[in-house]
Amino acid sequence: MAKERREIRFILNGSDVRLGEVAAQDTLLDFLRNARRLTGTKEGCAEGDCGACTVLVGRLVKGRLRYETVNACIRFLATLDGCHVVTIEHLRGADGGMHPVQQAMVEAHGSQCGFCTPGIVMSLYALWMQSAAPSDAEIETALQGNLCRCTGYEPIFKAARAAAELGDPAADPLEAERADVTGRLKAMADGARVTVSRGEDRAILPADVADLADVLAKHPEATIVAGATDVGLWVTKFLKPISPAVFVGHLSDLRQVDAKAARLRIGAGASYTDAEAALARAFPHLGPYWKRIAGWQVRNMGTVGGNIANGSPIGDTPPVLIALEAKLHLRSAEGTREIPLEDFFIDYGKQDLRAGEFVEAVEIPLAQEGVRHAAYKVSKRRDEDITAVAAGFALRVENGVIADARLVFGGMAAVPKRAAQAEAALKGQPFDAASFERAAQALAEDFQPLTDWRASAEYRRLVAANLLRRFWAEEGEGAKARLEGV
Amino acid sequence: MGKLGHTGTPAPHDSAIKQVTGRADYTDDIPEPIGTLHAYLGCAEVARGRIEGMDLSGVLAAEGVVGVITHEDITGHNDISAVHADDEPVFPVSEVEFHGQPLCAVVATSRDLARRAAELAKIEITPLEPVLTTREALAAGGPDVTAPLKLERGDAAEGLKSAQHRLAGQMEIGGQDHMYLEGQIAFAMPGEDDDMVIHASTQHPTEAQMIAAQVLGVPANAVVVNVRRMGGGFGGKESQMNLFCCVAALAARKFGQAVKIRPDRDQDMTATGKRHDFSADYEVGFDGEGRITAVEAQLAARCGFAADLSGPVTDRALFHADNAYYYPNVRLTSRPMKTNTVSNTAFRGFGGPQGVIMAERMMEEIAYKLGKDPLDIRKANFYGVGERDVTPYHQTVEDNIIARVVEELEESSDYRARRDAIMAENAKGGILRRGIALTPVKFGISFTATWYNQAGCLLHVYKDGSIMLNHGGTEMGQGLNTKVAQVVAEAFGVDLELVKITKTTTEKVPNTSATAASSGSDLNGMAALDAAEQIKARLVAHAAEKWGDVCNDVQFADGKVLCGGEEFGWREFIAQAYADRVQLSAAGFYKTPKIHWDRAKGQGRPFYYFAYGAACSEVEIDTLTGECRVLRADILHDVGRSLNPAVDRGQVEGAFIQGMGWLTTEELWWDEAGRLRTHAPSTYKIPLASDKPREFNVRLAEWSENPERTIKRSKAVGEPPFMLGISVFEAISHAVASVADYKTCPRLDAPATPERILMAVERLKR
Ligand SMILES: Cc1cc2nc3c(=O)[nH]c(=O)nc-3n(C[C@@H](O)[C@@H](O)[C@H](O)COP(=O)(O)OP(=O)(O)OC[C@H]3O[C@@H](n4cnc5c(N)ncnc54)[C@H](O)[C@@H]3O)c2cc1C
Ligand code: FES
Ligand code: FES
Repeated sequence: MAKERREIRFILNGSDVRLGEVAAQDTLLDFLRNARRLTGTKEGCAEGDCGACTVLVGRLVKGRLRYETVNACIRFLATLDGCHVVTIEHLRGADGGMHPVQQAMVEAHGSQCGFCTPGIVMSLYALWMQSAAPSDAEIETALQGNLCRCTGYEPIFKAARAAAELGDPAADPLEAERADVTGRLKAMADGARVTVSRGEDRAILPADVADLADVLAKHPEATIVAGATDVGLWVTKFLKPISPAVFVGHLSDLRQVDAKAARLRIGAGASYTDAEAALARAFPHLGPYWKRIAGWQVRNMGTVGGNIANGSPIGDTPPVLIALEAKLHLRSAEGTREIPLEDFFIDYGKQDLRAGEFVEAVEIPLAQEGVRHAAYKVSKRRDEDITAVAAGFALRVENGVIADARLVFGGMAAVPKRAAQAEAALKGQPFDAASFERAAQALAEDFQPLTDWRASAEYRRLVAANLLRRFWAEEGEGAKARLEGV
Repeated sequence: MGKLGHTGTPAPHDSAIKQVTGRADYTDDIPEPIGTLHAYLGCAEVARGRIEGMDLSGVLAAEGVVGVITHEDITGHNDISAVHADDEPVFPVSEVEFHGQPLCAVVATSRDLARRAAELAKIEITPLEPVLTTREALAAGGPDVTAPLKLERGDAAEGLKSAQHRLAGQMEIGGQDHMYLEGQIAFAMPGEDDDMVIHASTQHPTEAQMIAAQVLGVPANAVVVNVRRMGGGFGGKESQMNLFCCVAALAARKFGQAVKIRPDRDQDMTATGKRHDFSADYEVGFDGEGRITAVEAQLAARCGFAADLSGPVTDRALFHADNAYYYPNVRLTSRPMKTNTVSNTAFRGFGGPQGVIMAERMMEEIAYKLGKDPLDIRKANFYGVGERDVTPYHQTVEDNIIARVVEELEESSDYRARRDAIMAENAKGGILRRGIALTPVKFGISFTATWYNQAGCLLHVYKDGSIMLNHGGTEMGQGLNTKVAQVVAEAFGVDLELVKITKTTTEKVPNTSATAASSGSDLNGMAALDAAEQIKARLVAHAAEKWGDVCNDVQFADGKVLCGGEEFGWREFIAQAYADRVQLSAAGFYKTPKIHWDRAKGQGRPFYYFAYGAACSEVEIDTLTGECRVLRADILHDVGRSLNPAVDRGQVEGAFIQGMGWLTTEELWWDEAGRLRTHAPSTYKIPLASDKPREFNVRLAEWSENPERTIKRSKAVGEPPFMLGISVFEAISHAVASVADYKTCPRLDAPATPERILMAVERLKR
């Protein structure tokens, strides 16, 4: 067994923190506000949706320090082992006064009630580190996870554009302390398995992937937690116990994303952000779709593996990955197995995941020449909203005939599901409007969707059929059939 | 010392630096005394039922639990009704009246433990048949939760009968959750005797004080309510904090410790009221030019189980059912329906927006019927100047500037040319369609409850010249403190930095009105000015006494005091005044003149003046999915002579986006059991940065000046621009209508979610 450590260690703003008494369910936000009285970070929803609790978490990626925005309300405290947490209280300018982003917010009148403001400042700060002269689209993306009920956002855009004129990212105090922080974090990383607890409530951070398999073999009842963007809500909203929890987000082997041997392999622990560039390179149609999954903070935390393992019928990655014929790699102490992703989803709340097993990676074949792809998401609000209907389409067209069709929908059934009848209606048919019209009709036999607050059954049915019509309009007629950013 | 900071300048929000650095404290940030306990509500899970019994033994046995609070612990009167209707218990005794109604509170050593324990309450309830919607309530014949209102002028029936054209329509207008970023919270600390200090996030400290005193059974002088700032209010903290203040105070009294209560977002949204959803039925008669001859309309609202503010809200819906239009013959009735849902409450616009949108729908319908541009119909019906200027409530519109506002916006937004271009583009067919609309707003300013139109202020000048300002208004982000401080700084001719405003507290200014009805700066600005003028008068008298008649003309400017050719520094002058025993403190007061209202007759002058504005919005919709984007919005809004153009602009922009959210993505969805299923930002979608119009041109009508003697001739700004969001809704309607060549006015209910838009498109295609 790997060596074991009984405390987590991290850096909070300037100081080192060591904690032994930590429950799996303890959140970073409660720790900041209640234990440390760092009250600049606010709670607006405790479900990752408002951004008032946005902080930066820095971690070592291949030896380099990388900072990302996260929602402290659903970030479990134990997962901060080996990280640098930066809160609003730590922000300052090169002269020790306000940070350029803060100053720009004041000058642009970017705060009214001010409750969203610390979170917005943190998101703008992260944006500023990435690009000092952001485009409006980049600003929108950076603010996808931040609600403001007062300002209407206009002055916040102004602040984001103006910040660069008030200071240089190179002169940022966080930049200056990088070497020091990197050194301290490296010193903390001892390769040990970490176990912390409070009373009976226990959190385990395995030393590596092999150790993860061992831990799960011993605790098959454990809750696996990756980005906690689903599990976090089980705790904050439903008060569900998750102990013993096995955290996997820190396992760098599990976070690898690489394209080789004609396959794109996304480690189960890779966040949406980790996977974004490689995925959009290989499959450009997924670029805009990816940006519509949750908001920036959640994409920095949430994983593709978790989205799949969660088994939700409205998860956004399964439809598009199934359309791409993705395979799932499952692993346990006993070994590994590979299954087509679509077979993983058995029924509502039931997946093909055995006790002690975990998702190791998802693999997508890269050679998809001659295949036309599309990924669509329809929701009430464009950004950071859960899908009413999602679709992943892959059609191979040969000499004007549809040789193969994979039409996969989310939000239409108890699991992400292929539309067998509609696929059959397309296969072997000419690539023309009439074929898509027939497929759209056939969809009625594929799905009996539900009515809920996101959409009625009738709307879902109509939209699913219309997405096939959209596909034809775009691919067959070259028409503009989508709004900007959709 | 420059003039920066006086009225008319864009001084930054007084808390801006604290806010961006995370140092602005909200109620939950106040350090907790040792031993602080936490309360959490246990709520009903049926929409209506008889309470047979409560078994709280599981709760009491749970870890960390100190005790519970039920209706039996109420030492005073069990009612928190904002209008003293005696229909809104802290905790009900015998009947549950809505799904999510609080029934008890658990008090424990931590919030987490209290919350977990609250789940263990076993409450036995025999379900009864609930009435959930307005239409259901209307069909059942009531009851109304409070008395309806009728506004009548001329002969509507006759006017309709003799009209060249007439049409009848219906509209369902959705409600809206406040979604203030900071949820409800109250923190009570018991003191000596009966004393209780409550820190709360509230727009109405006096009400929280009175109600808490009533529930505790102590006089008001035993209770102090404090609020430094709120993380947003929007009307949601005008009466809805009462529950939390009372529970915290009851628990603090019972357990003798400080007690804090902060519901989670789900409970905040299910247990507190929202903007009323309305069902509007209207009939309108008009001539061939689209000029209205008569209107008859009923505006029925889902009020929920209790009156709360539903009376004045539904009244205000009627007051604004004319928006900017003259109805020669009119009969408007309100129906405040009782339903088994949470009791709806104040929300920016206070019923006004629901009235205005009905008026705007009528304009659209007339336009389609006559094949005209809706803007021409709007213009044809504007109130006149010196004629056609009497409202349905018999107040004459004396300050009408709507024609000029609309004309300028029409020009600057290039409305006509863009409309032509859009329609030409739509005519090519295509999946994406665009639409444009220009809509006006006229909004009456004053509380319709006349006695609310008063305010107080306490002003101290300390002997070092620094100034402490307290007024009865509360700061929820709207920049009220900044504006009032600007007024005082200007009055004394000193730099804004010399004026400090801290928390609002019932200890300093008593008997305050809610900071609501957009009235904050109108009322408190005037009260502050009154206080400043009192102190100035004393200073002038003192100067005259000391230096003789040459000093009758004393000027306060640029941080100096000029007096008969002599010049003193402000600090020096004040130090001297102190030494000469001049009283440097004053209580200011203001009441709005001219207003009166006879509700029984439906006549009077409920409003001191009107604020005006207009917006032009362009949208694009996807006719396959109903998705929608706002491409551009142009706004021209009237704030009179702005006290602070930056703050006012912020109000206009924010209100527009909030109004747009109300009418597009913000959908409240109840299931058949009467359970609200959109009860957190994960399910209830307010606008995000990417929903902002791609191009957003906002201007204040700089030429406007309030003809009434308001503070510096400014106008209120909180609510009126909310209704500018209606332009987005009507632009969507325009885009939808394109699929049937604009022959029919689409039936579109609010909010126009993608689903509603798609279904409207489908109906027209068939
Ligand atoms: C504000 C917000 C917005 C969101 N928006 C969207 C959206 O637009 N579209 C969308 O699809 N989703 C959305 N989500 C949910 C999405 O973020 C999650 O589904 C996420 O992908 C899950 O990944 P995670 O790493 O956070 O998983 P976790 O929450 O850590 O875990 C989720 C589930 O997967 C299991 N699990 C995790 N990793 C493994 C593994 N390696 N092996 C086996 N089991 C594992 C866990 O035990 C748990 O059952 C949103 C969430 C939030 C909070
Ligand atoms: S508190 Fe809303 S996202 Fe964390
Ligand atoms: S300033 Fe109030 S929520 Fe953004």
